[in-house]
Amino acid sequence: MKNSDAIGVVLKRHGNDGTRLMQILRETQEALGWLAPATLTVIAAGINWPRSRVESTAGFYSFFHTEPLGRYRVLWSDNITDRMLGNMDLMQAMCEKLWLEPGRVSADGLVSVDTTSCTGMCDQGPAILVNYRAITHMTMERINQMVELIHVQTPLAEWPAEWFKIEDNIRRADILLTNTMAPGEALRISFARGTATEVETSFSERSWHESMQASDIGASATLDEIKKSALRGRGGAGFTTGLKWEACHNAPGRTRYVVCNADEGEPGTFKDRVLLTRQPDLVLEGMTVAAFIIGASKGFVYLRGEYRYLLEPLNAVLAKRRKLGLLGENILGREGFNFDIEVHLGAGAYVCGEESALIESLEGKRGVPRNRPPYPVTNGFLNQPTVVNNVETFASAALIAAKGGDWYRSFGSARSTGTKILSVSGDCERPGIYEYPFGVTVRQVLEECGAHDTQAVQVSGPSGICLNRDEFDRRIAFGDVPTAGAFMIFGQQRDIFEVVRNFVHFFAHESCGFCTPCRVGTTLLKNLVDKIADGNGTRTDIDEIFHLNRLLQTTAHCGLGHTACNPLLYTLEKFRPAYERRLKLLKFVPAFDLDAALSQARQMTGRDDAGAHLEPQSEVAQ
Amino acid sequence: MNAPRKLKVATTSLAGCFGCHMSLLDIDERLLELLEFIEFDRSPLTDIKHCGPCDIGIIEGGVCNAENVHVLREFRANCKILIALGACAVNGGLPAQRNHLDLRDILAAVYVTEEGLVPGTQIPNDLELPLPLNHVHPIHEVVNIDYFLPGCPPSGDAIWKFLTDLLAGHTPRLGHGLIRYD
Amino acid sequence: MSETNTFILDDQEIPFTPGQSVMQAALSAGVFIPHLCYHPEFRPHGSCKLCTVKINGRPATSCTTPAAHGMEVESNTPEILDKRRTLVQMLLVEGNHFCPSCEKSGFCKLQALGYELGVMTPRFNLLYPTRPVDASHPDVLLDFNRCILCELCIRASTEVDGKFVFALSGRGIKKHLVVNAESGRLADTNFSLADKAAQVCPVGVILPKRKGFAVPYGERHFDDAPISAHVDEFKPVMPGQEGRS
Ligand SMILES: Cc1cc2nc3c(=O)[nH]c(=O)nc-3n(C[C@H](O)[C@H](O)[C@H](O)COP(=O)(O)O)c2cc1C
Ligand code: SF4
Ligand code: SF4
Ligand code: SF4
Ligand code: FES
Ligand code: FES
Repeated sequence: MKNSDAIGVVLKRHGNDGTRLMQILRETQEALGWLAPATLTVIAAGINWPRSRVESTAGFYSFFHTEPLGRYRVLWSDNITDRMLGNMDLMQAMCEKLWLEPGRVSADGLVSVDTTSCTGMCDQGPAILVNYRAITHMTMERINQMVELIHVQTPLAEWPAEWFKIEDNIRRADILLTNTMAPGEALRISFARGTATEVETSFSERSWHESMQASDIGASATLDEIKKSALRGRGGAGFTTGLKWEACHNAPGRTRYVVCNADEGEPGTFKDRVLLTRQPDLVLEGMTVAAFIIGASKGFVYLRGEYRYLLEPLNAVLAKRRKLGLLGENILGREGFNFDIEVHLGAGAYVCGEESALIESLEGKRGVPRNRPPYPVTNGFLNQPTVVNNVETFASAALIAAKGGDWYRSFGSARSTGTKILSVSGDCERPGIYEYPFGVTVRQVLEECGAHDTQAVQVSGPSGICLNRDEFDRRIAFGDVPTAGAFMIFGQQRDIFEVVRNFVHFFAHESCGFCTPCRVGTTLLKNLVDKIADGNGTRTDIDEIFHLNRLLQTTAHCGLGHTACNPLLYTLEKFRPAYERRLKLLKFVPAFDLDAALSQARQMTGRDDAGAHLEPQSEVAQ
Repeated sequence: MNAPRKLKVATTSLAGCFGCHMSLLDIDERLLELLEFIEFDRSPLTDIKHCGPCDIGIIEGGVCNAENVHVLREFRANCKILIALGACAVNGGLPAQRNHLDLRDILAAVYVTEEGLVPGTQIPNDLELPLPLNHVHPIHEVVNIDYFLPGCPPSGDAIWKFLTDLLAGHTPRLGHGLIRYD
Repeated sequence: MSETNTFILDDQEIPFTPGQSVMQAALSAGVFIPHLCYHPEFRPHGSCKLCTVKINGRPATSCTTPAAHGMEVESNTPEILDKRRTLVQMLLVEGNHFCPSCEKSGFCKLQALGYELGVMTPRFNLLYPTRPVDASHPDVLLDFNRCILCELCIRASTEVDGKFVFALSGRGIKKHLVVNAESGRLADTNFSLADKAAQVCPVGVILPKRKGFAVPYGERHFDDAPISAHVDEFKPVMPGQEGRS
């Protein structure tokens, strides 16, 4: 098939719709290997967009390549937990066997090896992606076999199936993960709700009820349950879900949208992956309940590109639900309730987890956070009212819709109701998924996952908070230690500075580049931390870190920039010796090795005399 | 009443064009006024070859080779206050425009592949010649710098204002027209 | 206009028309707030962050925040000036800014803000990115070394010229400007010197050819007075309007 034909097929599948550009680019790339300049031109013509805008989108995402990167593209997940499991040595060994350098394509154009941000397999690392398919538990043995398969160009489909097996590792299940509700049950209960006389309404609720058709009473009564449950968002910010849905319902608009945020990009988080594997119906049902409440007709699951392997299973569940009348027109026979869901795959960009960037991405654009206000609830997808919620939020909402707000409130604590799923990884005997009622102490989690001699726990990922031993009695709860789910454990043997360095590199790699402080600042921070790692740091550099932090916290455009310094701040406060033992006594040391800066001249002149070297600064008086 | 001790000032030109030193001389008759308060140690304006303990060191030009590093370090070791004078010292200036090229390619182009070279021309490996660094660096990337006076070159007026502020004990403040990047 | 529409900016009372941003109101009242990505004829962008102020104690970009009655806005405080200075320093180290060889020198807003804010040092290590120039177009040179990614050319080409000549590609520190051509060359687009996009660049990226250093030192745009004294040039075209849409 000619390239243009292959592109034509993809374009046709997506109705030449520019808002579907992400999917068009991904499918084209899957067919052709990469996105050549001519390919982008054809796509642009096909969707009737200026070519520059198509290139703009293609150039933003890590998983789209506008340069050929080999028929086999191997990406090593580079979260700190992968590092602790030895991924760097393994990657080096793989590169040696393939005769290439990390980041480069082999001379024959067959294969490239590089790193990528956390792929969400922290409990079963070291993990890699090969052509965006996840493989876990990497070992030398697997590398040997894999290199062989690559050399003889065995298609991925014929690689050993067990390599692609992803474990769920559910270690503690509570109301979400033990759910056995039949698909559709929460919807049926919601439809039926409020037809009885039990609806007690407060003044504010009444105003809404009055604006409703009689048939909407079930929706408003279900919203009351959501509000009563005091459910708060599980994606990080912790906004009250009922209020968000109500605001969206009340916002004027032609069409309404429900978006499930399954971008799960925060390193160390993998609970949404397990929810989508084990409880997909619950999540999709939560979305459908939301649609019922706000009056939406269309939903999206924004699934991170790293979870590409979940696309087909999720589509199968969607198809099943359509068959069962749980999606599509007149859902469960309810006249006029039309709603369908589609999976949108991301392409390697952490910032797309930020809800407005996510919406931009859904529209086929670069994942850049919007100026707010206005917020998505009033001006979201295609400028229409949109709710964006985390996977776990929707799953919880489905339970609440079925069992009621009071039931839900009986779990957790008064201000943090319900349960929270933690993604536990790092130095412990049983990494995996732990669902706890809110209020559990850090210590209890550590005990139950078999962590001994723990030095620190990073809760909620790099943008979250680093706890030291004195803080293990603190509780997982909105008022104490809030979390989006990551729980990374570092034993006494770990170097906290290396943890931080990994996180700082992560932010620099993931900054979208929209605003000056984050675009430049995260790179400057990375350079400073590398300088300290190289043994060239001084107190002046620590001061500069604090200075940059104040700038980012106050002037960055979105949460990524606001929190990019968190790893440095928390650890400078709690693990200062990890920095100090690397610092020079001097006030100033260059960031680079001056002797190495003469290397090219030495090489070209063949000189190696004393004059061809520069002693390090530390031996020179300041 | 004792006359106050004169401040010792050393100056040097690293990877610069000497334009900043010319500008320093450009403060004209005010130089005499200045000399009532300062005396020059090592400087292209004097014959002193090594910098002794000084109050103020003024550096023109960025760092492009090993010798620049030695001189700069000598200045840092001996001067209480070190000033980056001019665009090249402040951000590398024109010489730093080579920074996006590979030094090996530059050397090869100049001494090996350039047309019209005498046959047998080699990249000089004379022990007397300082080796170039892979990249040109502004001086604040190599030692700690206390003050910066940008401009290519900074005007005589800017230098005058800067030094007189410093001598008077204030943090130098250049107003509009004196602070310039070109 | 009702009496009640005012806010306080550094102890000065600023009137505004509803719908105006804090920036627009301040500029209309003759009070300068540093900015790079704001332009009177375009919708606010909010990316450079130079216009950061504190509104009722909280940091915000004045170009994107609607003015509201009774707001207390801080702008010229040591803390905020320090932040703006650092932002200018960041932009200066991010690109390759050698003003002596830049035709925009004396007309450049980044440079003028550097002077205004007293930026004497790059502060950080320079990043010296490699950004080849595009000299393909007969009338215009693109020197990407100086691009500060304000997106004004993109907005102008999209919203005014209707040509989409410019767009961004890459992400984070690798973000860069691209042109609307498969070859990547400006000559292969329908760009023209008469385009609005050829006129809006606040720095020295989009330069007309064969013009060179036409204006002598001392007579260039910002030679006469600090950029803050040029405040009238930045006033919103039509008070109360959100710019073009
Ligand atoms: C940089 C950044 C990344 C984010 N990533 C995610 C994510 O991966 N998943 C998520 O649910 N929320 C993420 N969020 C939070 C979302 O913006 C949003 O608050 C959330 O999806 C709302 O859902 P909730 O109310 O159910 O928590 C992120 C926010 C920021 C600033
Ligand atoms: S803070 Fe960072 S990620 Fe957020 S908009 Fe700015 S550059 Fe993009
Ligand atoms: S764009 Fe402005 S700051 Fe940059 S080199 Fe030109 S004049 Fe200087
Ligand atoms: S070329 Fe000029 S106008 Fe365009 S983004 Fe760069 S700095 Fe802004
Ligand atoms: S060294 Fe002074 S102008 Fe370059
Ligand atoms: S002028 Fe407001 S952010 Fe640029």
